[in-house]
Amino acid sequence: MNCRSIVKELSNYLDEALDTTLKDSIERHLEHCDDCRVVVDTTKKTIQIYCNSEPAPLPEDTKLRLREALLQRLRRVRA
Amino acid sequence: MSTSKANPLPARPLPSQVVKDDEPILVTAAKAGDISAFETLVGRYERKIFRLAQNITQNKEDAEDTMQEAFLKAYEHLGEFQGNSRFYTWLVRIAVNQALMKLRKRRPNQVSLDEEIDTGEELMPREVEDWGPTPEERYKQSELSEILSSTISELDPSFRIVFQLRDIEEMSTEETAEALGLSIPAIKSRLLRARLKLRQKLNRYFRRSDNS
Repeated sequence: MNCRSIVKELSNYLDEALDTTLKDSIERHLEHCDDCRVVVDTTKKTIQIYCNSEPAPLPEDTKLRLREALLQRLRRVRA
Repeated sequence: MSTSKANPLPARPLPSQVVKDDEPILVTAAKAGDISAFETLVGRYERKIFRLAQNITQNKEDAEDTMQEAFLKAYEHLGEFQGNSRFYTWLVRIAVNQALMKLRKRRPNQVSLDEEIDTGEELMPREVEDWGPTPEERYKQSELSEILSSTISELDPSFRIVFQLRDIEEMSTEETAEALGLSIPAIKSRLLRARLKLRQKLNRYFRRSDNS
C-alpha cells in the first residue's frame, strides 16, 4: 500500500466501505506515514464540519413569501 | 504533524434510513388534510431545503423559488408518497430536481451532470498540514457558515451537488445515484474529488500554523 493507493481508497475508508484486509492494510500504512494520516484526518474533519453545520435562519421576508405561496395554493386547492 | 491515529467516521445509520420521531404521524395527518401538520414539516425543513437550493443554484432568487416550488409540489403530490424512505429524503429529491432545472436554465451550456469529468488534476493532495482537533471552533457561527458556503461554491456543479447530497444531506450512494441519474462509480469518483478539493480549500482557514 502506497500513498497514492491511500488517496484512491480514501472515501471508501472514511465511509467504512472496505473489507477488513484492505482496511488493515491502510491502517498499517497510516501508522508510519504522517502525511497520509493528516490527509485522512483533515478530510474526515471537512466532512464532519459540513455535516454538523446548522443552516442559517431563513430571512424573514423569504419565510413570509413561502407562507404566502403555500396559503395561496391551499386556497386554490380548496376552491 | 498530527500524532493522533486516523479513525474512520463513526458508523451510524444514514438519516434517510431512520424514521425520525413524529415524522410519519405528521405526514399521515397532512395526507388526511391537516394543514397545520404540513406547516410543521415546512417549519422543520425550510432552512435545510433553502441551504440545499442555494448550494446547488448559487443564486438567492433561484434558491427561494426552488424552496417554494419544492414544498408546493410535495404538498400536491403527498398522496403519492409511499413512505419507503423518510419524508425528508423524498422532499430533498423534489428540491434537487427543481434546483437543477433552475441551474440549467441559467447556465444551459455549463451544467451536465452525466458528463465524464476528467479534470486532469492530480488527486494527490499538495498541501498537507494538520488542523488540530476542532478547527471550526476558531470561528464564530456566522463566520463559519460564510466560509463553508463560499468554499463549496467554488466547486464545479457536479462535484458540489454530489457532496451536498452525500455528505450534507447524508443520503446513501445509491440514493444519490438515483436522484441524479448517475452511476454509482460516477458518484463515488465525484465524491472523492469533491472531498479532496474542499479539504484543500478549507486548509487556508483551518491549518494549525496560521491560527494557533
